[in-house]
Amino acid sequence: MQSNNELEAKKKVQRIREWIIEKALFASAIVSIFTTLAILAVLLFEAAGFFQTVSIIEFFTTTVWTPLFQPQHFGVLPLIWGTVLVTLIALTVAVPIGLGSAIFLSEYAPDQLRRVVKPILEILAGVPSVVYGYFALTFVTPFLKQNFLPDMIVFNALSAGVVLGIMIIPMISSLSEDAMLAVPQSFREGAYALGARKHEVALKIVVPSALSGIVASFILAISRAVGETMIVSMAGGSTPKLTLNPLESIQTMTAYIAQISLGEAPYGSIEYRTIFSVGITLFALTFAVNLIGQWVAKRFWKRY
Amino acid sequence: MLAVAVVAVVSLSLSYWYYTSATQKLSGTIEIDGSSTVFPITQAVAEEFQKSNPDVRVNVGISGTGGGFKRFTKGETDISDASRPIKDSEAQTAAQNGIEYTVFQVALDGLSVVVNPSNTWVDYMTTQELNLTWRPGSPVDSWNDIRPEWPNQPIHLYGPGTDSGTFDYFTEVIVGEVDASRPDYTASEDDNVLVQGIAGDPNALGYFGYAYYAENTDKLKVVPIDSGSGPVIPSDQTINAGQYTPLSRPLFIYVNKESLKRSEVKAFVKFYMENAEQLVAEVGYTPLPASVYQENLTKL
Repeated sequence: MQSNNELEAKKKVQRIREWIIEKALFASAIVSIFTTLAILAVLLFEAAGFFQTVSIIEFFTTTVWTPLFQPQHFGVLPLIWGTVLVTLIALTVAVPIGLGSAIFLSEYAPDQLRRVVKPILEILAGVPSVVYGYFALTFVTPFLKQNFLPDMIVFNALSAGVVLGIMIIPMISSLSEDAMLAVPQSFREGAYALGARKHEVALKIVVPSALSGIVASFILAISRAVGETMIVSMAGGSTPKLTLNPLESIQTMTAYIAQISLGEAPYGSIEYRTIFSVGITLFALTFAVNLIGQWVAKRFWKRY
Repeated sequence: MLAVAVVAVVSLSLSYWYYTSATQKLSGTIEIDGSSTVFPITQAVAEEFQKSNPDVRVNVGISGTGGGFKRFTKGETDISDASRPIKDSEAQTAAQNGIEYTVFQVALDGLSVVVNPSNTWVDYMTTQELNLTWRPGSPVDSWNDIRPEWPNQPIHLYGPGTDSGTFDYFTEVIVGEVDASRPDYTASEDDNVLVQGIAGDPNALGYFGYAYYAENTDKLKVVPIDSGSGPVIPSDQTINAGQYTPLSRPLFIYVNKESLKRSEVKAFVKFYMENAEQLVAEVGYTPLPASVYQENLTKL
């Protein structure tokens, strides 16, 4: 039988231990928030230095980007457009294939097949992006050039976009499939009872019910595509331009930042500061995409 | 008994140490980076050097002349390949970081303008035509914008990226200002990408170091350059005689003086100068007169 003092001491030790654990876990959470704020602070500070030399109006409205050439021009639109173009091409590849795979896996595939195909799709997500870039440069471009487009040049938006699309397929297929599996079976059975065919059930009942999750998967895939650097650096080119022709070489924001960072721009020069101005533009774009995604997901979310 | 053992071990180690130093087994790692133009020479030297010194690792990168200097002036590399002299700003950075270096001229390059072999209309180009084609805001979009007799086909330009010493040199002598170039060309620091691009595109026009043309004469056609005294093709004779102007340029290596104190680096640079005349010619560039290499050896 323990004495009163011993019991009190034991309780005190336990309280202190609880306190330590709680503070430690809080610290872990704080670190992530702090890191995000620190990154944002650095970007803002250095970008402010940039915008003292180049006006924001000129940055966002003029259409030529040549900070490394003489004469220098600082219109960021070609870089933004490069990112948008490559992302659009990626989505035209990834959305049909990703959503199609998801519908197939959740509605049509027998369980055995699903257990084999799903992991294989996930392997696509595990391939390093530099390998994808190499794949685009040494396989996709020559393949397209030989068989479909003999006038194609070595760096172009199409190869980069297609391979980027392949890379984001697993994101769309995995998350959409999970969303579709969450739709109650009673919905499907009710539809069948009313005489619907399988494809009608899949496309008119399940997909609309799972729309929130499906759209969330699109948004995640878009964020990933916008932030991708390696594939577009290796296969997309380094010539920023506003063009609708995907066979031309372009440059995305991420590829530009990589080019400058690995190059010879002296520290503190205006070329160096472009890293931060383009960086903060990229940050703002990704943030906007995420905000839209959250709004859309909330809008379409249905509780079952 | 113990005394005998100790004497045996000590004398064995001494004789092993004497043996290895007598046979000069060099070891260590040499970091080299910089110009992709100079790369074929340095790589050839490194390969030969490593054959006779297998314990020495020589790593040769191709970050471009500018990229190479960026690392060199921070002390990250022992040797920097350069297709142009070091800039004042780069020299300042080196001084700030306490990096002292020695320059060795290693070869001459006839910077070559090339087109696709199926290009039958280009017989030569003048420096004014090159200026017109490459300067910022250039009006040239098709071949007949350069010369009216040429076909009305779109021109596709290929060239080194902005980090490249070749880019700096070409813009300076052809356009008149460093980094002044039209930006809408296919740019790559990797000259092999340019070779592939031009070889596969009948409307291509590009420029890079002569060695990359020499290695691919079956895939490319070199353009004679007329700078006022008639068209001249780059070759050893025309470059050494100073006829191939303004695109003849010297190629350098910059060696960190601190690194030179290491025996493997000193041996490598010595090997470089002793074998440059032969290896430069094999690679395709123009070797300097033997006297220059001899003089380089005295700087060691």
